[in-house]
Amino acid sequence: MTQEKNIKIDTRHLNLYFHEEKILKDINLEITSNQILGIIGPAGSGKTTFLRSLNRMNELEPGWRVEGQILLDEIDIYNSELDVISLRKRVGIVFALPVALPMSIYENVVYGVRLSGIKDKARLDEIVEKSLSAAFLWDEVKDRLNLSGLRLSGGQQQRLCLARVLAMEPDVILLDEPCSGLDPISTTWIEDALTELKKNYTIILVTNNTMQAARVADKTAFFLMGELVEVGLTRQIFTTPVKKETNDYITGRFG
Amino acid sequence: MRISPKYTQIVAITILGAATVFTVAILIFIIIFVLEKGLPILSFNFLFTNPTDMGRSGGILPILIGTVLLPVLAIIVAAPLGIGTSVYLVEFTHESRITRLIRFGTDCLAGVPSIIFGLFGFIFFVTILGMGWSIMSGGLSLAFMILPTIIRTSEEAIRSVPKAYREVSFSLGASRWQTVRKVVLPNALPGVVTGVVLGVGRSIEETAVVIFTAGSSLLIPTSLFDSTRTMAVHFYILAREGLSMDNAYGTAASLIIAVLIVNLSAYWMMHRFIARRN
Amino acid sequence: MKIFGEKGVERLLSVVAFSAISALALIALFIFIEGLPFLFRYGVKDFLFSSDWRPESGKFGIYPMISASFWVMLGAMLVGAPLGIAGAIFLAEFTPKTVMHIVKPAIELLAAVPSVIYGFIGVVVLAPIIREIFGGPGLSVLAGAIILGIMILPTVISISIDSILAVPVSFREGSLALGATVWQTVHMLTIKAAKSGIVASIILGMGRAIGETMAVIMVTGNSVMIPNSPLDSARTLTANIALEMSYATGMHREALFATGVVLFIVIIILNSIASVAIRKKVIVK
Repeated sequence: MTQEKNIKIDTRHLNLYFHEEKILKDINLEITSNQILGIIGPAGSGKTTFLRSLNRMNELEPGWRVEGQILLDEIDIYNSELDVISLRKRVGIVFALPVALPMSIYENVVYGVRLSGIKDKARLDEIVEKSLSAAFLWDEVKDRLNLSGLRLSGGQQQRLCLARVLAMEPDVILLDEPCSGLDPISTTWIEDALTELKKNYTIILVTNNTMQAARVADKTAFFLMGELVEVGLTRQIFTTPVKKETNDYITGRFG
Repeated sequence: MRISPKYTQIVAITILGAATVFTVAILIFIIIFVLEKGLPILSFNFLFTNPTDMGRSGGILPILIGTVLLPVLAIIVAAPLGIGTSVYLVEFTHESRITRLIRFGTDCLAGVPSIIFGLFGFIFFVTILGMGWSIMSGGLSLAFMILPTIIRTSEEAIRSVPKAYREVSFSLGASRWQTVRKVVLPNALPGVVTGVVLGVGRSIEETAVVIFTAGSSLLIPTSLFDSTRTMAVHFYILAREGLSMDNAYGTAASLIIAVLIVNLSAYWMMHRFIARRN
Repeated sequence: MKIFGEKGVERLLSVVAFSAISALALIALFIFIEGLPFLFRYGVKDFLFSSDWRPESGKFGIYPMISASFWVMLGAMLVGAPLGIAGAIFLAEFTPKTVMHIVKPAIELLAAVPSVIYGFIGVVVLAPIIREIFGGPGLSVLAGAIILGIMILPTVISISIDSILAVPVSFREGSLALGATVWQTVHMLTIKAAKSGIVASIILGMGRAIGETMAVIMVTGNSVMIPNSPLDSARTLTANIALEMSYATGMHREALFATGVVLFIVIIILNSIASVAIRKKVIVK
């Protein structure tokens, strides 16, 4: 592991079981800081499960078992003094379906930071403006921050979800098919925001839309049947993939 | 000759429909019957003056007070226990032998006849704990009785809060209890309140438990350890001992009106809750 | 909740969660403490199967009350079960959703009517009618059965509707697609699929009927004797407890608690059967 690679997350021989069914098989993946890693693969390939294992969201349901290691800044997130709550504050996630909590836009954004104990109104105001701006939503909602988050359109809600994660100033942002239900214009907003955000964050983007990975990801990983088939620079994966399965998937032979 | 399925269907629907109409008709009959005889007796005076001559004449003021105090005390005790139980069942544990045991216990408690609650309250609160026939004994016994109602209704309400809200809250670094407090309970609140209101209704309707544990004093209570009488008990005594038909009907009308108000507001809240959910 | 902390809250709730089951245990404990010693001293067989109830002479045979409770309950089921199931089928299968959402709560409101009011209606409306048509005292097993039959309707209807609605739509569509009428589908398919839920509703109704006290006291006449006809006056287990508790002392009071023990056991058995039946429905679903 050379110094210049600057590894943020490193998974080593990661196996994941759900009720004894092996969902992820021996995943070894190094994720570089300040880049966007795109993860592609057909439905059921384990890409969402992999993403959710990075901030331990899987374990909200009983029946999951983990083998191997996931290192975040060289600290094992499953077996160390790092507790799950601090982990989730450092590794934020945006889900496939935009879910605004049934409270005001303002309260949605500050939900996480309030839990961390920040109460100062001026500080919260500042966080709200900064996060909403970074998610390209500020201009649309700045005059109605007390409106219920549920009243926003789907695309706006998804940007609200992004802002909510940004407010916590995490190290890593996970995105689980964040544009799957959105219109093309909202998708563009999100993609632009991500490109801007990678300067400060490490981003992992699971997507069903291979073209999206091609557009925004620095590196791309291809998952199939719970295995990591191939990972490399996005351009290389899309032009000269090493594995036949990767080529088949990208050219649309299955999936 | 074979009777055509279509014809059979018409006959079947007619019979089934008649059964339904009959059932609803009974409800309407009961309400109208009681109100028709009782409403003329009801007046501000009747509600807010003291009874005289064992309730043969005068009003029902102390009874009104008893009818408010007992359910309130029952709710103060049962609501935290019931809501706590349902929060634990839905949020803090997964289905297991223990949750099944708790549910089974709740179902059994719901099926226990009120006379048993009365016997228990009489021996435990009135006699062993020495509370005597009192608002305290009555309220606590009623609390035991309405616990299952509150647990079931609030469990359903808490369960109906979308899973995605919890997931979002956890993903933002909230603990379980923070998630419950900030997201789950505020959203389940109308449903939870419905359960509490239904508990109030059950307490107002109850007679056997109250006679055995709160007694039937006609005086205005001055402490929680005074005996008291609720409208249901008062009506029972007046009607059974034939003391005064007029006052019995007046009490019955106030009782039915109280029960209708409480239950209809519970339905109304539940309805709005469900409408908002969708 | 800084006072408790996360772990503290969880521990507190895990204790609170046992409140209902503890309440049940506490009730059982004290009823049993008061009633069981007497039951064994007096003899279970004599207590349950002797017809001699004369507390003043130390005779405590509750067979007449058991018999009265049984006949009143059975009568209530004959009135309430068919009516309730018919209502449930009609509402679940043959009425538009909007109508059902009005009628179902209205029927559940029947459960909210205080039992003393049912009893009173039984006395002033039903008993005179029975006297008029069949003769006899009016206040009788029949009057009790009819009033209780009405009182259990909400239980039967509401649980039956839930279990009928839980039958997968695909079942019905399959049958309708084969050209069956809605009624044929209902009585050949839906009722069978919802059977365990309907059975559970009837068993819970039985529990309610056996446990009901105030209405029964008012309408069944309360004579301590084994009823020979539906028109006879009779005294149920619950009525016996409620009527005599206020003045009973010593052995007499213990005998009433022992009656409570019998009642408690019967109810727990009925509820256990119902809860198994309801769970079976969930598995089928």
